[in-house]
Amino acid sequence: MLCIVPSMSIGHTLLGLLETGPRHGYDLKRAYDDRFAHDRRIHYGQIYSTLARLLKQGLVEADGVEVDGGPERKRYAITDAGVADVAEWLSTPEKPEAYLQNTLYTKVVLALLSGRAATDVLDVQRSAHLDAMRELTRRKTGGDLVDQLVCDHALFHLEADLRWLELTAARLGQLAKEIG
Amino acid sequence: MTADANFSAEAASGTDFLLSATDLHKTYGPTDALAGAGLGVRAGEVVALMGPSGAGKSTLLHCLAGIVRPDTGTVRYRGADLAGLSDRARSALRRTDFGFVFQFGQLVPELTCLENVALPLRLGGERGRAAAKRAREMLAELDLAEVAGKRPGEVSGGQGQRVAVARALVTGPRVVFADEPTGALDSLNGEQVMQMLTTAARERDTAVVLVTHEARVAAYSDREVIVRDGRTRELEATR
Repeated sequence: MLCIVPSMSIGHTLLGLLETGPRHGYDLKRAYDDRFAHDRRIHYGQIYSTLARLLKQGLVEADGVEVDGGPERKRYAITDAGVADVAEWLSTPEKPEAYLQNTLYTKVVLALLSGRAATDVLDVQRSAHLDAMRELTRRKTGGDLVDQLVCDHALFHLEADLRWLELTAARLGQLAKEIG
Repeated sequence: MTADANFSAEAASGTDFLLSATDLHKTYGPTDALAGAGLGVRAGEVVALMGPSGAGKSTLLHCLAGIVRPDTGTVRYRGADLAGLSDRARSALRRTDFGFVFQFGQLVPELTCLENVALPLRLGGERGRAAAKRAREMLAELDLAEVAGKRPGEVSGGQGQRVAVARALVTGPRVVFADEPTGALDSLNGEQVMQMLTTAARERDTAVVLVTHEARVAAYSDREVIVRDGRTRELEATR
C-alpha cells in the first residue's frame, strides 16, 4: 500500500502534528506512521530534512533538548507563522482532480486533531469540486459526442470523490472519537 | 480561498432577490426540520440545495414555494411576505408564478401527456382549446410531440419526467421548484431532464430551486447552498 500522504504535503502534515504540542523527531515519526503511513513508514531522513526546511522557513523553532538517559533529542515547536501556514493549507481546497482522498483524509484528521472545524475542510473542497464539475458540464453541453464522453469520464471521477467526501462528513463524529 | 456568505435579513430585504428566505424555523413534533435557514434566489438563477437526507432540503423548498408555512422566519417573493397572503392568494401564486417538478407520481395517469401539460392552464381558467394549443406548442418545443396522445403509463420514465418539466414551464412561471427531479432516472435520462430543464429555464429567465443529493445534477446549477441540520451554508469561491 502506498504512503497516503503525498510528499508535497509532508511538511504541512508535520506542522499539523506539531500543533498539538512540541515533539522531537522520533515522536513525530511515530505519530506520522500511526496515523498516515499505513504499510509504508516515513524515513527518519525525510522527517529531519523536512524539519530543517520548516526551521529555515520560520514555521518551526527549536524548543529545547531532551536528555532522557539516551542520546540528546532536539524538540521542535510550531511557530505562529507555522500555525497560520497550517490554517491556510486546511482552508484552501485542493485542485479538483480525481483520487484526492489521501490529501483530504490527512486534512480532515489534522483539522480534528487541532480542534478546527473539519466540516469546513470538506465544505470548501465540495465547493471547488462542484465548480470544476460545472465547468465540465458547460463544456459537455456545448460539445460534440467525443467532448461529452471525455467530460463524463472526468465528471464521474469527481463525483466519486464527492461521494467519499459526503460519507466522510457523515462520519466525522465517529472519526473524531477514534483519533481523539 | 472561500468566504462564507451568511444570509441575513439585510441581504433578503435587498431588491436583488426574486425569492428569499430568512431565519426559517420549522418543527415537526420533536424534530427541528429547519433551524435558522435562509437564502436568496435571483431571477433566472439555478440554485441547488444539497445536503444529507433529513437535513431539511425539501422542507426548505416547500417553505420557499408557499406549500408549508414556517413556524417563524420570513419568505419573500418579489418583496412580498408570503405569510401576509391568504391561502387563496398563495394557491394562485403557486398556479401562476411557480412551477413544480417532483421525483415520482406527478402526472395524472388517466390523462394524456398533452392533457397533463394543459392541466395547470385549465386550472388557471384558460379555455380547453387555447390550453391544448399552448400545451402542444410546449411539448413540440421540448421535442416531446410524439408522446402528446399517450398516457403516462405508456411512455418511459425519462419521457414522463420531461413531460412533467413541460407542465411545470407551460404557465411561464418565474420560479420552478424541482425536488430530486432525476432521482428515479438512470444517468442518461437524468442528464436529458436536467439539460432540458435548465436550458428552458435560462431562456425564459425563470429561476430554478433544485433539491438534489447528486453532484452531477447540482453541476447544472449556478451555485449550491448546503443544508445541514436545518441550517444553510453557502460558500462563495473566488471564481
